[in-house]
Amino acid sequence: MNDLSLAWRNIWRHPRRSILTMMAIGFAAMLLVFMLSFQFGSYESMINASVKLATGHLQVQGKGYNTKPEMRNVVPTPKAIMDKLSKTQGVDSVTPRAQTFVLASSDTRIRGVLVTGVDPEREKEVFTIPSLIRNGDYLSDKAPNTVIVGALLAKRLNTGVGKELTLLGQSFDGSIAATVVTVRGIFKSGIDAVDRAAIQMLLTDFDDLFVMNGAVHTVVAIIDELSQTAPLKAALEKDPLLKPLAVLDWIDLTPGLKQSIQMDLVGGIIMYGILIIVVAFSILNTFLMAVFERTREFGVMMAIGTTPRRLVKVMLMESMFMTGVGILAGMVTGALLTVYFSHAGISMGGATDLMAQYGMSGRLYPRLSLLSLLVGPTIIGVVTFLTALFPALKIPHLKPVDAMKAV
Amino acid sequence: MSAVTARDVSKIYTQGDVKVTALGKVSLTVETGEFVALAGPSGSGKTTLLNLIGGLDTPDGGEVTVNGMAFSTMSSGDLAELRLTQIGFVFQSYNLIPVLTAEENVAYILRLQGVGKKERQERARAILNDVGLEDKYDRKPSQLSGGQQQRVAVARALVSNPAIILADEPTANLDSKTGDSLLQMMREMNQKHHVTFIFSTHDAMVMEAAKRIVSMKDGQIVADKTKC
Repeated sequence: MNDLSLAWRNIWRHPRRSILTMMAIGFAAMLLVFMLSFQFGSYESMINASVKLATGHLQVQGKGYNTKPEMRNVVPTPKAIMDKLSKTQGVDSVTPRAQTFVLASSDTRIRGVLVTGVDPEREKEVFTIPSLIRNGDYLSDKAPNTVIVGALLAKRLNTGVGKELTLLGQSFDGSIAATVVTVRGIFKSGIDAVDRAAIQMLLTDFDDLFVMNGAVHTVVAIIDELSQTAPLKAALEKDPLLKPLAVLDWIDLTPGLKQSIQMDLVGGIIMYGILIIVVAFSILNTFLMAVFERTREFGVMMAIGTTPRRLVKVMLMESMFMTGVGILAGMVTGALLTVYFSHAGISMGGATDLMAQYGMSGRLYPRLSLLSLLVGPTIIGVVTFLTALFPALKIPHLKPVDAMKAV
Repeated sequence: MSAVTARDVSKIYTQGDVKVTALGKVSLTVETGEFVALAGPSGSGKTTLLNLIGGLDTPDGGEVTVNGMAFSTMSSGDLAELRLTQIGFVFQSYNLIPVLTAEENVAYILRLQGVGKKERQERARAILNDVGLEDKYDRKPSQLSGGQQQRVAVARALVSNPAIILADEPTANLDSKTGDSLLQMMREMNQKHHVTFIFSTHDAMVMEAAKRIVSMKDGQIVADKTKC
């Protein structure tokens, strides 16, 4: 009879209580694995939707362009950069963009707008705007001198598909750039800031109009795995071709998105903390009960020569076994649940249409990662061990003669 | 060398504001191989004296020595070691470990002493055979009668060959027939292995079996008689 088998038998003195305790731990571990995976999956969906709408995962720009977007701060040889990015492992698609602010006027109104020159074929692979056309069609190389206009802007300019707009701005070389374009389509991204001030035109038209001589302002890349953003960025920053330029990731480009994710995560952490505290009390209850009801037995065991240290060891073995089984069961069920829903997705019900408007799928997909699998169960393991330590450490303070008087 | 020496030991308990003298400067010497009964009514101090001799409690005054080792100079770890190797305990209510079988309860002490598995099993079974439980090795305490449990407790106390066995009212929860049989068994152990036995009891049958009766009352030894 070694200490491990003694601990094992002690666990099964009260099978129902032990099983309930293990189930509580298991349920909490399962919930944490699934909820964290769901949260991380949702964040990934949000990030992907956001980057596919506006920024991409990575951008190569002229240094300082992100904070001060000046017409003359350009990527002078976009083709070389695009070739480099396209050949980089982990990069899915690449597209060049040039943009500047102009005055856009319709028959009756005038507005300041951001006009972006895009490569329509590449744009379709990178961004979702081509799929968000509500009226008319997306840009095509076969239809020069056309633009697509954000829905709110179209309303403000009182324009529509087939109508003309006059664009007036400043060229790369400082001369006046002016042209008349036809509205080919109206898009609705769902983001007001984009919809009320954005116009897209063919990059070739942009190049001619603003005398760019082949230069662009950004080269945008979409990568295969969101988690590879940081390592890819770091690798690209070291590339001699990109040294004179700035490599920015989605966090640099949309810091607000990361902040809102962090805020949401804090809310989640508070909820998980409460869950872990509830489980800790369940464990505490089990082990306090065990110590109280076995006080007499501890007294006898000490009387016949068992050291308090050995008794504490047996108690902690009991706790670790129950915690281990509970956590393992929770991790397995949590992982299975996550894997199932990562394929099936979770429907967002009434929000499906709303999400679709923003380029997001109406289903959210939990994403199982090493982090989501291990963080919650590890915290539960540590907390339950510490919780079990409290009643176990009462044992060394017992005096055999007093302990044996316990009922 | 005496097996046990208690010199001027006292023990005072505090109950609320009241101090109760459980033992008042008692002195007692027990020689190796003696079969001694501490007799007296409830509250006379016999269990308290037994606990002090066993190192389960610390005296408020005086000194206890077992086989020449003074408790006052020993740490709690040393005391635990002494209890493990020198002293066997038999309690009134058996106090077996409920999740262990009869054999495991007996072998547990040997396990604490670091005895190997095979030897543990052999010695535990041999001693269980000696107390007449050869067919009860695998029974848990809940599957044994009171008398059988007390026999396991005696076997547990004896298995490590302690110098002294302290038994606190060992027959109190047993019927007279079972109690008598247990006493005979312990008497045999005393004669066969020269183990020193000290009982606390107010059972006439136990006092009859004892060679020496130390009578106690109100925390004092009032008589100490050795039978011829």
